[in-house]
Amino acid sequence: MGMGMNIRDRIAMRAAKEIKNGMIVNLGIGIPSLVPNFLEPDVHVMIQAENGVLGIGASPRKGEEDENLCNAAGYPVSIVQGASYFDSSIAFGMIRRGYIDITILGSLQVSEKGDLANWIVPGKRVPGMGGAMELAQKAKKVIVLMNHVNKSGESKIVKECSIPLTSKNCVHLIITDMAVIEVTENGLLLKEIMEPYTVEDVISKTSANLLLADYIIKIPN
Amino acid sequence: MVENTFNKIASLEDALSHINNETTLMFGGFGGIGSPPSLIEGILEKEVCNLTLIGNDTGFPNIGIGRLVSHHRARKVIASHIGSNPVAGQLMTEGKLEVEFVPQGTLSERIRAGGVGLGGILVDVGMDNEIVSQSKQRIVIDDKEFLVEKPLTADVSIVFAKKSDPFGNLVYDKSARNMNPLVAMAGKFTIAEVEEIVPLGELGPEEIITPGVYIDMIVKSNGVNWKWVWE
Repeated sequence: MGMGMNIRDRIAMRAAKEIKNGMIVNLGIGIPSLVPNFLEPDVHVMIQAENGVLGIGASPRKGEEDENLCNAAGYPVSIVQGASYFDSSIAFGMIRRGYIDITILGSLQVSEKGDLANWIVPGKRVPGMGGAMELAQKAKKVIVLMNHVNKSGESKIVKECSIPLTSKNCVHLIITDMAVIEVTENGLLLKEIMEPYTVEDVISKTSANLLLADYIIKIPN
Repeated sequence: MVENTFNKIASLEDALSHINNETTLMFGGFGGIGSPPSLIEGILEKEVCNLTLIGNDTGFPNIGIGRLVSHHRARKVIASHIGSNPVAGQLMTEGKLEVEFVPQGTLSERIRAGGVGLGGILVDVGMDNEIVSQSKQRIVIDDKEFLVEKPLTADVSIVFAKKSDPFGNLVYDKSARNMNPLVAMAGKFTIAEVEEIVPLGELGPEEIITPGVYIDMIVKSNGVNWKWVWE
C-alpha cells in the first residue's frame, strides 16, 4: 500500500517485535522467513529448522551457497556461532518437548478459537502437514502471518474453518496486512491496525467476531 | 586405494541388484538435500517400478526422490509432505499414487523405532486430526492418552553421507544429515552412497554418526546431478 514499505516486510517487522532475547524460534516458509531481517541487534536468538539445524543465520551471498546447508524450504542458509546439526528425530524431539518458544507460520484459515488450517485444501492442493502439526501443537507461542483475505477476497479469519485443521485451539497471535489480532479466551481481540486501514475496514473484511482493544495501536505505513 | 576389508564397498550395479520391482525403499533426504543422487539415477535407468517409497517428502519433480515419483516408479508413498512435487499431488488425485501422510516428527520416530527394534511409539500429535488418528489404537499412560504409531522398516534403505570408511561408519554433511541416520538403521539391507571413502581409522570414533554395523553396502557417489531449487 502507498509509498511505504512493502506489505510482506511490514508484517515480518511486526512479527519480529514478538521475539525476545534468548528465544528458540522456528520459522515457516514465505513471510516468516523474512522475520530475522527485522530483529534488533541486541536480540540474540537461536533459529531452529526442523531439517536439523539450531542456529540458522542470514542468507548467504550469491555464489557462496552450500547445497548441504539449507532451511526446511530447501533454500540455502548460513549458521551463527554456537549452531548445531542433528537428525530429524532430535529436531522433532526439541519441538515435541516444548523447547520452541515461538513458531511463526503461514496459514490458509484461522478460526476465532485459534484453530489452524494450513495443510490441505481437499480436491485442490494436497501438500501434507510436514512438521506443522508438531509445531502448532507444541510451540509455546504460535504466530500466524498471512493476508487478511484470500485471492477471492474472502476473510481468512473465520468463525469455523471450512478446510481440515492442522491443530485445534493453538494460535496465539495473527498478524495480517491489515491488523494484529490476539486470540483470547473471550474471542479475537483487535489490538493494532496497519495504516491506512481503519478499524471499520478490518471489521468489514473479517468474517469472525472481533473484540476491540481499549486502545488500538495504529502502525504507520 | 582403500582396502575393502569388510567386503562392503561395491559397484553401483551391485547395489542396484537389491532394488527391484515391488521393493519397499526407504530413503534419506529432505527436499532432495541428503538424498543419494547416483542410486536414484540408477533406479531410474534400471526402470524399476511399483516401488513403495518411505521418506520425509517427495522432493521436487527433478530433484531427489521426486525424480522416481515424476517417472511413475512408485505405487505408494509414506511421507510428511508432497507439496514441493506437484506431480505427486496430481498422481494422487488421479488415483495412481497412494499417499499415507504422517506428521514429520512422528514419521522420523516411526523410522527410528523400526531401526532400533521397538514395537511402536506413543505420540500425542494429531490426536484430534481424523486423517492422522483414524483406525489407530489409543492407549492411556498415567492418565494421558496417546496414539500407538507403528514402526517402519524397509526391504532396502538408501542414504547419502559425506564420508564412509570400509566398515560403513558414516559422517554426514551439515543439514544433509536430516533423516539419513534414522533411515540407515531401518533398512533390512542398507546401502550408503558416499562422497568419499576413507581408510579404516581415519574417521574419529567421536565423530561417527552412524556406526557401520547398520551399513551393508557402500558405493561411491558420482555427485549430485540435479539443479537445486534455488539455482
